[in-house]
Amino acid sequence: MFLTISTTHRPATDLGFLLHKHPDRAQSVPVSAGTAHVFYPTATETECTAALLVEVDPVKLVRGRQEGGLAQYVNDRPYTAGSQLAVALRAAFTTAMTGRCAERPELAAMPIPLSVRVPSLPSSGGADLVERLFRPLGWQVDAEPIALDPHFHDWGESRYLDVELRGTLRLADALTQLYVLLPVLDGGKHYWVSEDEVDKLLRAGDAWLAGHPERKLITRRYLARSRPLVGAALSRLAESDNVEPDALDDALAEPVVTEAPDQPEPLAAQRKGSVLAALRASGARRVLDLGCGSGALLRVLLTEPSFTEIVGVDVSARALEVAARNLRLDKDDRLRSRVSLRQSALTYVDPALAGYDAAVLMEVIEHIDESRLDALEHAVFGAAKPGTIIVTTPNAEYNVRFESLPAGRFRHPDHRFEWDRARFGEWTRRIAEAHGYDVRLLPVGDVDPEVGPPTQLAVFTRKEGAA
Amino acid sequence: MTERTARGSAPSRSVLGIPDMALVVLIGASGSGKSTFARRHFAPTQVLSSDFFRGLVSDDENDQSASAAAFDALRYVAGKRLAAGKVTVIDATNVRRGDRASLVKLAKEHDVLPTAIVLDVPESVCVRRNETRPNRDFGAHVVRRHRGELRRSLKTLQREGFRRIHVLRGEQEVDDAEIVVEPLHNDRRELTGPFDVIGDVHGCRTELEELLVKLGYELARDDAGRAIGASHPEGRTAVFVGDLVDRGPDTPGVLRLVMGMVAAGTALCVCGNHEQKLARALSGHKVRVSHGLAESLVQLAEEDDEFTKRAATFCDELIAHYVLDGGKLVVSHAGLPERYHGRASGRVRSFALYGDTTGETDEYGLPVRYPWANDYRGRAMVLYGHTPVPEAQWVNNTLCLDTGCTFGGKLTALRYPERALVDVAAHRVYYEPVKPLQPQPDRDTRRDPATLALTDVTGKRVLQTASHGRIGVSAEQSATALEVMSRFALDPRWLAYLPPTMAPSATSGREGYLEHPDEAFAEFRTAGVARVVCQEKHMGSRAVLLVCRDASVAPARFGIEGPGAVYTRTGRGFFDDDRTASLLDRVRAATEKSGLWDELDTGWLLLDAELMPWNLKAGALIANQYAAVGAAGGAMLPAAVSALDDVVARGIDVGDLLARTRSRADALERYRDAYRRYCWQTEALSGVRLAPFQVLAAEGAAFHERPHSWHLDLLGRLREADPDLFAATATRDVDTTDPDQVAEAVGWWERLTESGGEGMVVKPAANLTRAKRGLVQPGVKVRGREYLRIIYGPDYTMPENLERLRSRGLGRKRALALREYALGLEALERLARGEPLWRVHECVFAVLALESDPVDPRL
Repeated sequence: MFLTISTTHRPATDLGFLLHKHPDRAQSVPVSAGTAHVFYPTATETECTAALLVEVDPVKLVRGRQEGGLAQYVNDRPYTAGSQLAVALRAAFTTAMTGRCAERPELAAMPIPLSVRVPSLPSSGGADLVERLFRPLGWQVDAEPIALDPHFHDWGESRYLDVELRGTLRLADALTQLYVLLPVLDGGKHYWVSEDEVDKLLRAGDAWLAGHPERKLITRRYLARSRPLVGAALSRLAESDNVEPDALDDALAEPVVTEAPDQPEPLAAQRKGSVLAALRASGARRVLDLGCGSGALLRVLLTEPSFTEIVGVDVSARALEVAARNLRLDKDDRLRSRVSLRQSALTYVDPALAGYDAAVLMEVIEHIDESRLDALEHAVFGAAKPGTIIVTTPNAEYNVRFESLPAGRFRHPDHRFEWDRARFGEWTRRIAEAHGYDVRLLPVGDVDPEVGPPTQLAVFTRKEGAA
Repeated sequence: MTERTARGSAPSRSVLGIPDMALVVLIGASGSGKSTFARRHFAPTQVLSSDFFRGLVSDDENDQSASAAAFDALRYVAGKRLAAGKVTVIDATNVRRGDRASLVKLAKEHDVLPTAIVLDVPESVCVRRNETRPNRDFGAHVVRRHRGELRRSLKTLQREGFRRIHVLRGEQEVDDAEIVVEPLHNDRRELTGPFDVIGDVHGCRTELEELLVKLGYELARDDAGRAIGASHPEGRTAVFVGDLVDRGPDTPGVLRLVMGMVAAGTALCVCGNHEQKLARALSGHKVRVSHGLAESLVQLAEEDDEFTKRAATFCDELIAHYVLDGGKLVVSHAGLPERYHGRASGRVRSFALYGDTTGETDEYGLPVRYPWANDYRGRAMVLYGHTPVPEAQWVNNTLCLDTGCTFGGKLTALRYPERALVDVAAHRVYYEPVKPLQPQPDRDTRRDPATLALTDVTGKRVLQTASHGRIGVSAEQSATALEVMSRFALDPRWLAYLPPTMAPSATSGREGYLEHPDEAFAEFRTAGVARVVCQEKHMGSRAVLLVCRDASVAPARFGIEGPGAVYTRTGRGFFDDDRTASLLDRVRAATEKSGLWDELDTGWLLLDAELMPWNLKAGALIANQYAAVGAAGGAMLPAAVSALDDVVARGIDVGDLLARTRSRADALERYRDAYRRYCWQTEALSGVRLAPFQVLAAEGAAFHERPHSWHLDLLGRLREADPDLFAATATRDVDTTDPDQVAEAVGWWERLTESGGEGMVVKPAANLTRAKRGLVQPGVKVRGREYLRIIYGPDYTMPENLERLRSRGLGRKRALALREYALGLEALERLARGEPLWRVHECVFAVLALESDPVDPRL
C-alpha cells in the first residue's frame, strides 16, 4: 500500500509541518495491517513529496482468520490503496487530518496546490468512478488503467488504476477525502475493517459529504459492505474446482432484469399473483413451493388461509436460512405449524414430497440444465405427483422488450435456458401426456401482440384415476 | 392355513414350533406363569412385557392407569424388532380379543406370522402364585375374569388371524414345553448355488430343453422320450421364476420336466400367477379361462388323471419366493421389494405373484405396474419374470428374465453368481401378445434417468469401503454437496468417479523450502514402501474423462445418450458440448489407434488427467485473483522502490526498508512468472494439452491395483498416437532405500521446479498399497519453491514468513486424502461390478461431501 502527497507551495518543505512529520527523517507507525512508513523522496524549497508506505504482514493477515476462501495469502491488500490504506493514513496523519498545525496555522487553513499519486488504486467503477468522486471536490483526475498482465494483452485491464489527483485544497480536506473515498472506490472488498472504523470513516466526511453529488452512492457503498460472507463450505468446493469462491454460491443472485416495460405492476408481483390465483382455483390445501429461494412466494401463500400446510423447498441451504429469517419462522409458533422449509434437490426423488395437493415451480426450471430436466420431470411429475403443478418460466421472445438486456443474454446469470412459447408449449404437452396430467397455459403480465407475455405459466392438473 | 397344537394327555416333551421372525403372543391369566415361561425359552431382549413397559413409562409396574401409554411404547418397540426381522414375544395377559387385535395387526404390518401360545393353567394355581407376589393384591375375581375371557378366546384365535396356535393345558404341559424356531418355507439361505435362474417358460418345452442343454444340463427322458428331469454335472441348480404354464404349446411337458427336476433336487421353482390360477382351475374352482389357461387345460386333458393331479398339487404347493445364498439372492415371479424378503403374509405372496399394480391400465388394457425396481435399494439380487421385456436389463440389482419366449421372443437364464445371461430364441410366436414386444421397451424396466433418491445421498451417512473400512459423512457435508451436485454437476450417470484430494509431503525444515522431496521419500520408506514412482505434476485443472468407443456404448452401459464426459473435481462439465465432443473424439481416436479398446476388452475408458493450460478452466479466477494481485503489486512496488531510492539518495536512513521492498518487488515478479507459465492461448482444441496419469476403469475392471508402470505404459501409447493432444509426463523410478537414487531424484525435482514445474507426485510404484496401519497415501505431492508463491503468496519465502508457514497441520488433510481415495476406489469397484447407479453415486457424492470439509485449502 503506497501513496505520495506533493505540494509546490513555497516553501514546499512546510508540508512537513502540516503532516507533523519531519522531511529529513523516515518515521514508522504501527498499524493494524503491519507498519506504516512515512518518508520524503523529495524535499526542496520548490517541491516536497511525502510518501506513505504500509508494509503489510501477509502471514499475519491470514493467520487467525478462518473464513476460508482462497483470497488469503494471495491477496492484493499488501499492494492496493483500499480501506486499509485509509486506516493507515489516519494513523500516520491523525493531527494533520484535523487541520490543526501549531507551527503553520494559516497554512493549514488555506488551500495549497497539492498532487496525490496512488499507483495502485482499486476501483470497482473504473476511472469514471474516480472522476465522479474526486472532481466535485475540486480535483483534477488523471487515472490510467493498469493491464492485468502485460504478457497477456487479451486479458484486458485490471480493476486497478494508477491515479494522480491535482488540485488546490486544504491539506486536511485532501486527507479526509482520501480517507473516506479510497474505501468507497474499493467497493465491496472491505476486508477486515472493523465496524467502528466505518463510523469514523463516515464521520470524517461530515464537512463536505452533504454537498457531494455522489453522496448517495458513497453512503450506500458503506452500508452495503455487510454482505454476508460466501458460504465457507461452498467456497471450498469452488476452490477445488478452480473457480472463484462465490461461483457456486449464487443461489440468491439477483436477475439482470426485473422490470418489464409498460406493465401495471412489477413482474414478480404479477407472477406471484397469477400463481396464487391458479392455486386457489385448484382448491389445494397442502402446497409445495419447489425452489422457494428466500421465500418471496411463501409470504404470499401465507396470506391465503385455505392453505393449511405450506412447504418451501430449496437446494440452497443459504436460501433456506434467508427464507427462515424473512418469514421470522423462529419467532412464530403459529406460523411454524403451517410452514416448513426443507432442503431437497429436484434432480433426486424425494419421498417426503409425495402426497401434496399442489406444487409450484415458479421461475425454477430455467435454473436447471436442460439435460437434467428429465430428472426433475421424474421427481416432480413421476414421483411426487401432486394434484396440481404450476410452472412459470420466462418467455424468451419477450426479451427484446427489455432495453437493458443485451441480445442473446438471459435474464438471470444462472439461467441455463430461456424458452419461447412454442418450446414451452411442447415441453408442457409432452410432460402432461407422459404423466397423466391435463395442462393449460396462461400468460403472466400484459401480452405483447408480437412477442407475447413476459412470463409463461402452465397449470398441470392430474387426471382422475392417474394416481 | 393355521397349525394348531393342543395336547390333552401329557407327553413328557412337547415341541412348539415358532416360525422365524414371528410375533409370539403369550396368552394367559394373571399368575399363569407367562413371564417365567418367556424367561425360560427366550432371550431377555426378545421378550416385551407389559409390566416392564408400565414401569418404563410410570416408574410403577402395577400402575394400571399407565397401561395405555405402556402398550403404545411396547407396540412401538415391537414394531422396530419386527421390522428388523427379530422374533418378538409379547408378555401380557392378552386374554381380551381387542388387546390381541392390535398385535395381529402389527404382525401383518411387518409381514410376519402372528403366533399364539396359550397358558391354560387352573385358576387355583394362578391365585396362589399371585398371593406370593408383592403388589399383586387384586384378588381371585380378576383371575376368574381372565380365565373366562381366555376360554372364550380359544375359539376365536384362528379367526383373529393367528397362524400358529399352541395351547398348553396345566402346569405340567407348560413346564414340559420346548420352543423351536423354524425357518420359513421361503428361507433357503443355506443353498449357495451356483444357480441358473430361468425366466417365464409358458409351455415352451422345446426352448426350455434347448436352454437347459445350453446351460450344460443333461436331460433325463422316460421310455416315451419325454424329458422328466435334468441335472448339471457341476451340481448347478436351476431356479424357475414361475409361469411355467399356459399360452405355449406344451405345458404338460414343461411341468413334467420341472416337476422331475424339483423332485430330484436339481431345481427350485417359485409360483407364478399362472400356476396359482391353474391350480385353482384344476381343483375345481371357478376361474376365468383366459390368458392362455385354455391351452393348458386342453393339453392337460390329454394327460392321465394321475399326472394332472400331481401337476395340480405341484402348482398348489409352490412357494411364492425364495431367499437363497445366505440372503444374497431372492427369486420371485413378479419381483419383491426388500421389506418383503423372507417374510410371509398375504400381501407378500400377492406381490410375489402379481407385482404391485397402480390400478391404472395402459392403452392395451394391461395393468400399469408400479416400477418398484426403480426404488429398490436392497443388497440382495432380485430375479424375476412376469412382465415380458425385449431384453433383460439390470435395474438396481434386479433383473426381469421374462423375455417373452411364448410371444416369439426368447427364453433367458441368468447364471448366478456369474451374472452371465444365456438365452435361446423362440422357434416361433406361440401366442399373440396383446401389446407388441418390440421395439418399445416396457416402461417398467426402462433404465430411468432419475432412479436416484434423495435418501441415497443426504443426511449423515456411513459408507462401507473395501479398502478403508467405514467412512462417515456428516449431514452438513452432504447438504453442501447436494447443492453443488444438483445445481452444477453433470448427470450422475456420467459421474462414475470424483478424484480425491492429495496430501503434500511433510513440511520441510530445509532453508528456503516449505516442501522438499526428502520428506516424501522418507515417508514412504517409513511406511515400508521401497519402490516409488515420481511423476511430474502438471499445472492445469484436474479432469476426469469418460470416453466411449462409439455412440452405442453410453446408452447400453450407462443408460444415457452421448459421447462420454469430461468433468472437473466437483463434477461440473469442463467444456460446452461441442468442445467436449471434439476432445473426446481425439481421445477416442488415440485409443483406437493404440489398440487399447481391444486390449482392455472394453467399450469405454475412465481416465484421470490434468487438462492444460490452467487458464482454460480457471481463467476468471486467474484474472480476478492471481493476475490482479500481480497487476496491483506490479504497479505499486516499483513506485515504492523508486521513492525509497530517492530518499536514500537524499542521505536519509531508511534502515532495511529499501532492501525489503526491493525483495518484495522481486518476489512479486517471480510470482507473476510462476502463474504465467501455466497460462497460454487456446483456440478450440489447439493449445489444449491433456496429461492423463491413471486409467481408472474399463468394462468390468478397476485398475488401482495395477502398478503405475502399467498405467504409464498404456498412457504413453495414447501420447504416441496423438502427441499434439497428450502431454508427456516425466517420471522417475526410485528405490527409497538407495541414497543415490534418492539424491538423483531430488536433483531431478530441483531442475524440474526451478524451470517452472509445479512439482512432482510421489506414489507407491505398486499403486494401491497397504501397510500394517492401513492404507498408504496413494500419492504425496512435493511442490516447487516457485510454484508455492501462487499458493502462499509472493513473499512466502521471506525467512520470517516461511518460519511461520512451517507450522501447518497436515494430519487432517492426510486423513481426508485417504478417505476420499478409498471412496473413489469404492465407486470404481462398484462400477466395475456393474452395481446399480445409486451404489456408485453414493460414493461419488461422498467424495464431494468430504471435499467441503474445512481443511486448509492450500495444503
